[in-house]
Amino acid sequence: MPKVTVDGVEIEVPQGATVLQACELAGKEIPRFCYHERLSIAGNCRMCLVEVKPGPPKPQASCALPAGEGQEIRTDSEMVKKAREGVMEFLLINHPLDCPICDQGGECDLQDQSVAYGRGGSRYHEHKRAVTEKNMGPLIKTTMTRCIHCTRCVRFSEEIAGVDEIGALYRGESTQITTYLEQAAKHEMSANVIDLCPVGALTSRPYAFEARPWELKKTLGIDVSDAVGANIRIDSRGREVLRVLPRVNDDVNEEWISDKARYMVDGLTKRRLDKPYLRRDGKLVPATWNEAFAAIATLNPGNSIAAVAGDMLDCETMFAAKKLTGALGSSLLEGRQTGMDYDTSSLAAVNFNTTLAGIETADAILIVGSHVRWEAPLVNARLRKAVKRGAKIFLIGPEWETTFGGEFLGEDLSVIGNLPNHVWETIRDAKRPAIIVGGAGIGRGGLEAALSVGEQIGIVRELEDGTRWNGFNVLHMAAARMGGLMLGFAQKGGIADIVAAKPKVLLSLGADEVDYTKFADSMIVYVGHHGDKGAHAADVILPAAAYTEKAGTYVNTEGRVQWADKAVFAPGDAREDWTILRALADAFGVSVGFDSFEELRAAMISEVPALGIEGLADYGSDLPAGGGSASGPIAYPVKDFYMTNPIARASATMQQCSAELLHGEEIAEAAE
Amino acid sequence: MADRYIEPDTPELRARWGNFAWTEANAAKAKEIVARYPEGRQRSAVMPLLDLAQRQVGAEENTQGWLPIPVMEYVAAYLDMPIIRVVEVATFYTMYNIAPIGRFHVQVCGTTPCMLRGSDDIIAACKKRGMKPGHTTEDGMWSFTEVECMGNCASAPMVQINDDNYEDLTAERMDAVLDALAKGETPKAGTQEPGRHTVEPSGGPTTLKEMVSENHDYRGEW
Repeated sequence: MPKVTVDGVEIEVPQGATVLQACELAGKEIPRFCYHERLSIAGNCRMCLVEVKPGPPKPQASCALPAGEGQEIRTDSEMVKKAREGVMEFLLINHPLDCPICDQGGECDLQDQSVAYGRGGSRYHEHKRAVTEKNMGPLIKTTMTRCIHCTRCVRFSEEIAGVDEIGALYRGESTQITTYLEQAAKHEMSANVIDLCPVGALTSRPYAFEARPWELKKTLGIDVSDAVGANIRIDSRGREVLRVLPRVNDDVNEEWISDKARYMVDGLTKRRLDKPYLRRDGKLVPATWNEAFAAIATLNPGNSIAAVAGDMLDCETMFAAKKLTGALGSSLLEGRQTGMDYDTSSLAAVNFNTTLAGIETADAILIVGSHVRWEAPLVNARLRKAVKRGAKIFLIGPEWETTFGGEFLGEDLSVIGNLPNHVWETIRDAKRPAIIVGGAGIGRGGLEAALSVGEQIGIVRELEDGTRWNGFNVLHMAAARMGGLMLGFAQKGGIADIVAAKPKVLLSLGADEVDYTKFADSMIVYVGHHGDKGAHAADVILPAAAYTEKAGTYVNTEGRVQWADKAVFAPGDAREDWTILRALADAFGVSVGFDSFEELRAAMISEVPALGIEGLADYGSDLPAGGGSASGPIAYPVKDFYMTNPIARASATMQQCSAELLHGEEIAEAAE
Repeated sequence: MADRYIEPDTPELRARWGNFAWTEANAAKAKEIVARYPEGRQRSAVMPLLDLAQRQVGAEENTQGWLPIPVMEYVAAYLDMPIIRVVEVATFYTMYNIAPIGRFHVQVCGTTPCMLRGSDDIIAACKKRGMKPGHTTEDGMWSFTEVECMGNCASAPMVQINDDNYEDLTAERMDAVLDALAKGETPKAGTQEPGRHTVEPSGGPTTLKEMVSENHDYRGEW
């Protein structure tokens, strides 16, 4: 632990820290452009110059200089001030003065730092260089004249995303950042380079010229596009959500989010259900709330009612539905819309037990039936980090393009039962073995077979440092899944049990993936926000709120309880889901025991205390023994990364991504 | 060479170079080059392989050789590395030609020492033959570039043509070199000054004169 002096204050810094980090620990701000905590060190912007003794009598780039014992670092000397001014002047030589028409304006590192550390005026009178704009696809808008060649985007795509597609061509003054032959950036986290870009060279194409950052209301939310529960900031103006940005949470999403989480929000204003509808003579016609409630109540279902939860629901909605059906005497609750019926008696067996951050430390990972890149892009980035640390990854399922190598063992579930010798030996001898069972691997006995492999290798164990390691993971795809399981939204036989019960009323809570043809005799009451598959099948539509329009509790695939706030109001006559369910209770003449959101949340927490504590819920680390054998070909449920939920399907941006990035070649062929 | 650009990726280019592959001799050479680097570091071979590819292209079309996009892709695939990394290397180093080039690439140094010693005359001699900066003459013979210092200041002015340097030039000597090249001869590389071998002082040594004939011990004279 070297001791260094920063501006006269002695502090101790961790071994291996850089001078820049030492200054930060001492509370000094060091301006920087190319340095980023999560990327490798480039040292090419020179903005972080400080004075360091002992050393050459010139300013040194602090980001690339290791902190050493006895260093005297000055960040406030005349030399440092002049050095920063000089670097800033050089950076601004070729940077256009188009801040008034630049989308980065107001949240631009270059703007802020030139105010804080630059000279008052320019001494440059010559021509500035101009660079042609580059195509980087439908999400990233480029204005490459503004680029200062920090190479953050190049390093991100190479190191984090694992898809080498952005590079710095030519040299010196002619340097240009581009994708190969200006092809679109084609991976699931590509838009994160927009956040990384310290200037306005890479900006958001869908958000172009929409708003200035200071006009926006910032609300803390949780992403529902997958089960990772990425922490997001919802930027809204008036009643419209304009964009979504990631928040830093090292345990969940670090500081990235997937393109879908970022860009599906324009779907929040399209295809919305903004008034109740009733099916009359086979056609859905607009109705009033009273008519809708009356239509449901006159059916008088008694206890013949069931509730199916959608993939993007908050726990409060599910709890309210549970209370409502419970008050009517029914316990027909299910969240696994597509018919999965894995055993949920032990939640530890269907949880991501290593935690998302913990999977990075695993040294041998067996993935069963998960297209991780599409089902959880952020987990894919973690797996890549694990491989960089030396982990071996084996996958069972049809091949997909991994960003971390890995060995595909076969396409059939039965491979779990007879792993090749070298795979078996690798995971048996690993110090921190992990198994990840995905949506395509969990059914048809896959979960039990994987549990049995886990038990044979002792996947729950005490590590050398005394901590407990539970390497058994299930990677869900629905944001509502773990919360739903905690609230009991699971029947023994899955949704087939509900079909068999033939309920008079089926409450569909934003459930768009259900096969409604099996519920032909039921009255389907769709409580949701988008006119998607669920609404098409519905007999009554009660317009509800999307995830940005209600506060809620979400539990991600690792059992992490997180809370989101309400950013905007739902459009038109749409209401927050819990109020609809509360009003339904009145229509049925039963009591659910809450009249306000606070009461609802309190009731939920008293029933499931874990939902009241932010952080990892404790499911215990005892896994059921599993056993049995699994077989059957694995087919990944996600066929199109950009089209997995009703919001994304309504989003013009996501449709464009799907068309250009995933089906671009097919379209080109059709045109020919 | 400020306005370097990659030759656009057209169907014609793909048709011409899409099935580029090492010749038998070059395949062996490429194997030998890759083997120079430790296991797992094969990508280090990208620079020599790009050079090899450029030479093979040159041999095929009887020019100095250049790197069409499909050829860069071939090298990337050969080394199992992302194509963008290969393009980065090829565009960074000016000795890789990324656009079509003539039979001879005449690179005249115009930096101060060469300019003082008369590089303007050399450039004029080139222009007289129809060479223009950044262009190839219509007969495909000459590509002309004015470059910065190539490190031959002691025998300035100089020009580099393909793999050889020609130094101590005058307009006449330059003409002689170009004529010889045009005729398919191989003019003597290096200094063109009669009687000079390399970059020893013109008109004989001015210091360490005793060293010319024998290994003289100067220590007694200090």
